[in-house]
Amino acid sequence: MLRGTVHYHLVMQPVGYTSQDFSLDATFAALADPTRRAILARLSEGDASVLELAGPFNMSQPAISKHLKVLERAGLISRGQDAQRRPRHLEPLPLAQASEWLEEYRRFWENRFEQLDALLNELKAKSRKRHK
Amino acid sequence: MTSGKLNLTAPGEREIVITRTFNAPRTLVFDAFTKPELLKKWMLGPPGWTMPVCEIDLRVGGGFRYVWKGNDGVEMGMSGVYREIVVPERLVATEKFDQSWYPGEAVGTIVLTEQGSQTLLNQTIVYESRQARDVVLKSPMEGGVTAGYNRLDEILQSQN
Repeated sequence: MLRGTVHYHLVMQPVGYTSQDFSLDATFAALADPTRRAILARLSEGDASVLELAGPFNMSQPAISKHLKVLERAGLISRGQDAQRRPRHLEPLPLAQASEWLEEYRRFWENRFEQLDALLNELKAKSRKRHK
Repeated sequence: MTSGKLNLTAPGEREIVITRTFNAPRTLVFDAFTKPELLKKWMLGPPGWTMPVCEIDLRVGGGFRYVWKGNDGVEMGMSGVYREIVVPERLVATEKFDQSWYPGEAVGTIVLTEQGSQTLLNQTIVYESRQARDVVLKSPMEGGVTAGYNRLDEILQSQN
């Protein structure tokens, strides 16, 4: 048991194996909601307090706080030091990792679809010939 | 006229949604998704792989089978069953890799919408769990390749 735990902390975690999978999983879950995506977009322009965030979204502070908790758990945002405002701050790293994933998958399908483009052009040319 | 850019999102918990415009009428795009001789030309596997097997029984409850092959003999197969077929606009089918690197079966839906002389493709794949969806996003086919090599190892060892 102890050996397993030590192995996890010394070997698995430093290469970002299990821990990274978990955080990306949480990232996608956090990003699945449009309000949370909008909050991230707002924070990408600069830090903001809960009050400042609640305004433009026309939502109650508790409702916003709930979304912020999900974002915080996913590591997408952190809280600033100012004890009064506790401004939320965007953490860009998990977001970048998630988009890297999406980008790889996107390229995979784009390669296929580029071949499909070529095939469709071929088929169109053939059917034009037949109709002449 | 150029074809549109591929738009990819992972909304909800278990889905991957792809939209893309093709510069061709809907019937041709539908054919390209359902006729083996056409699918073989574009439904590519990992770089450098071919698709020697593509069998399609296009009816509800009918099956399909794809096999991709690497030049060192490693194979990767995927099968599924058609659930809904509306020519030339909608196709729903289950899909599962032989040596799946993600848990469970997935359900793929394609919807084709005609927009003038172009066709908008909306392709949704719903996985069994969020975990399965995220594994696929992370390694679209590399996971399958690894599963294929593992199987080759097993076959070689059993022959020793």
